[in-house]
Amino acid sequence: MRVGVVTFPGSLDDVDARRAVALAGHDPVPLWHRDHDLAGVDAVVLPGGFSYGDYLRCGAISRFSPLMGEVVAGAERGLPVLGICNGFQVLCESHLLPGALVRNQAMRFVCRDQALRIETTASAWTSAFTPGQEIVVPLKNGEGCYVADEATLDRLESDDLVVARYLGGSPNGSMRDIAGVRNERGNVVGLMPHPEHAVEEGFGPGTDGLAFFGLLDALASA
Amino acid sequence: MARVVVDVMLKPEILDPQGKAVHGALPRLGFDGVVDVRQGKRFELEVDGDLTQDRLDEVHRIAETLLSNPVIEDFSVHVPQDRR
Repeated sequence: MRVGVVTFPGSLDDVDARRAVALAGHDPVPLWHRDHDLAGVDAVVLPGGFSYGDYLRCGAISRFSPLMGEVVAGAERGLPVLGICNGFQVLCESHLLPGALVRNQAMRFVCRDQALRIETTASAWTSAFTPGQEIVVPLKNGEGCYVADEATLDRLESDDLVVARYLGGSPNGSMRDIAGVRNERGNVVGLMPHPEHAVEEGFGPGTDGLAFFGLLDALASA
Repeated sequence: MARVVVDVMLKPEILDPQGKAVHGALPRLGFDGVVDVRQGKRFELEVDGDLTQDRLDEVHRIAETLLSNPVIEDFSVHVPQDRR
């Protein structure tokens, strides 16, 4: 599969994301935020970083880049889209995912290896896991506190839309320990931790992140 | 030219760690009478021509699409009386 990785001004992890895509056996395609088409890719990754310097709100300006218009339209057609960290913030700002990400409750940037539990495999990006599987991938964010109103949080849980939870307590104050969510269709996933940094032995805490880029059921759900 | 001000504040139920940090610093400076601080954003928009209702409606759309995130923030639009 051809997997596009978007570079915004201020993206940091686009190269790592492309590397993860390649290690998972797919063909990474660099996409530029000012492009007006998706180059026919089968899936899109919005990488981590500080797009547009996090000005205004994290992800708020990126949302209105020309390429994001195409990503939003593609996502509404069923195109698999994974937003990691800043990419998750962009997806929330784009209203492709519910809720928002605000400053860490303790006001500290958190950077560590983080244990997670995969809560659902009913998404294009988590279908290679087993439900309840525990994994460790890096976490690094200053504004990773997931918030939503109570009704939305209840709906996320009742509809199986929570993709991953922090184990051992939330490192950033995220409500109900939520580390990642998906949309109803399962093609759009946002994740605050960084699976693309855990795809090769010797570089990071292991290879638990690789399965996110397997995209086993992506074509079926598209 | 006219000036329109948009104030954006986190919704009351959203925790504001920055406001809390500011509040926490006050007693250390000897200011003891403040019971809470919430931090927001103020945007000053200089708009072309007269301030018509259409123009104000446009500022509202700007505020709700870009300047604020309705999931976590409320905004208010006002026109300052002391024109420059």
